[in-house]
Amino acid sequence: MTKRHLEPILWLLFSGGGVVSAVFLPILVVLFGLAIPLGLVQPDYNHLHAVVSYWLTRLVLLGLVVLMLFHWAHRFRYTLHDGLQLRWETPIAVLCYGAALLGSLATLVIVLTL
Amino acid sequence: MADSIQMQVTRYAPAPGAVPTVANYDVPLRKDWSILDGLNFVKDHIDGSLSFRWSCRMGICGSCGMNVEGQPQLTCATFLSDYAPGPVRVEPLTNFPIVRDLVVDIDDFMEKLPRVKPWIIRDDDVTVIDGEYLQTPEELEEYKQFSNCINCMLCYAACPIYGLEPEFIGPAAIALAERYDLDTRDRGQRERLDVLIEKEGVWGCTFVGECTRVCPKHVDPAGAIQRYKLKAAQENVMAFLLPRAAR
Amino acid sequence: MSAPITYRQPVSRLWWLKKRTYLLFVLRELSSIFVAWFAVFLMIMVVAIGRGEASYQNFVNWAASPVVIMINVIALAFLILHTVTWFVLTPQAMVVRGPGSRLALTTKEVNVEGRWVSAATAVRVGGRLPAAAVIASQYAGLLVVSAFIAWLVLR
Repeated sequence: MTKRHLEPILWLLFSGGGVVSAVFLPILVVLFGLAIPLGLVQPDYNHLHAVVSYWLTRLVLLGLVVLMLFHWAHRFRYTLHDGLQLRWETPIAVLCYGAALLGSLATLVIVLTL
Repeated sequence: MADSIQMQVTRYAPAPGAVPTVANYDVPLRKDWSILDGLNFVKDHIDGSLSFRWSCRMGICGSCGMNVEGQPQLTCATFLSDYAPGPVRVEPLTNFPIVRDLVVDIDDFMEKLPRVKPWIIRDDDVTVIDGEYLQTPEELEEYKQFSNCINCMLCYAACPIYGLEPEFIGPAAIALAERYDLDTRDRGQRERLDVLIEKEGVWGCTFVGECTRVCPKHVDPAGAIQRYKLKAAQENVMAFLLPRAAR
Repeated sequence: MSAPITYRQPVSRLWWLKKRTYLLFVLRELSSIFVAWFAVFLMIMVVAIGRGEASYQNFVNWAASPVVIMINVIALAFLILHTVTWFVLTPQAMVVRGPGSRLALTTKEVNVEGRWVSAATAVRVGGRLPAAAVIASQYAGLLVVSAFIAWLVLR
């Protein structure tokens, strides 16, 4: 291979994000999106704080969120292109991957300063 | 079963500003007739000017692809009676320019197919005198499915990306590239990768999967494309990781 | 002879409404919005947890508001769609081989000091696992991960 391309890397991030979203998100939504807010389960705050502060949790969270954001960015970019037939290729790509990048940086800051 | 069924067939004669119209024809509804038989009845007995492509009438030449009730089908492999009592709409394949009536312009595909070099590529000069290539049945199984493509282009008609993005190389071409990449006799992976790793290659595909659903030969072009994406991504990562001298 | 005047069939902006499979595809693609939504929701929660118990309680109260609950119910529906479609498409998108596969000797072009040369190499052939097995193992993975996270949070 003489040339290096960006698109395959973005696709790999999309794929990785797709896998982790498929495997991790259902339980996370059930727990943190529904069960806890609705009071069906009430984990102790100190316990939650301990789990979230643990270095491995922070690392995994960072990895998951970065992959999920890039999964959204890649898929959404193509949805705008094919579904809504918006042809501004570069602005859309910059907006989508840019947002994912910003979100990833914010996540990095959060897990480092927890 | 009723005596006849109405076929609503697209007519188009090329002229500046002309648009396609629909003509209705009543054809006999025979139990064993295909859509193609119905069209041939129209041409033989009702309107000799109706133009359409067909050849083998047994689902192997790939010539008779058309939209039947909005679905890309081989008209020789689709029974008229499946649409009884009718009417049944017959239109030219989606996503291709119409030349006349049900005949579409397939030049785009004819240009794209050789770009992926769908033939055995080797750098040695073996000839027939040197003997046969040896290949086990297992090695044949690896690519056999993709070799069943009859170039009927139903997959291009089904693919919304091809409709929206005319530069997209398309399902059949990529499936055929994969067929040769997986053939142990071939050594041309790199050359095909150079073509397919570009923007109009595999990356435009969003795995809608409709191409696989309409394929009359169960080639599974969607599967071929996703496998190719993974292969291309792996090669690309190697290109990033390997030292400069190796590129 | 000049080229014929061909008629370019227009592609409707609502092409995805024309077939049930197209619509399902678009819904599947839209699920990515909820992937991003919940990733953000998670990080908002993590920040709230980091700031103290009161802050976390505020977060839970906000998450319990009808609008947010509704969004998360819809999100769950879309994310289940994502999981189901992702798992079923994986065996089509990649070849997963089991113990029945073996190596076949072949040649491939490799890059040696800037030149491409043919080199002997081996590829795996045969032993492809049936789609059902690949799908089932993904659900097994989902179960294990879900059970682990539930245990981690609720113990």
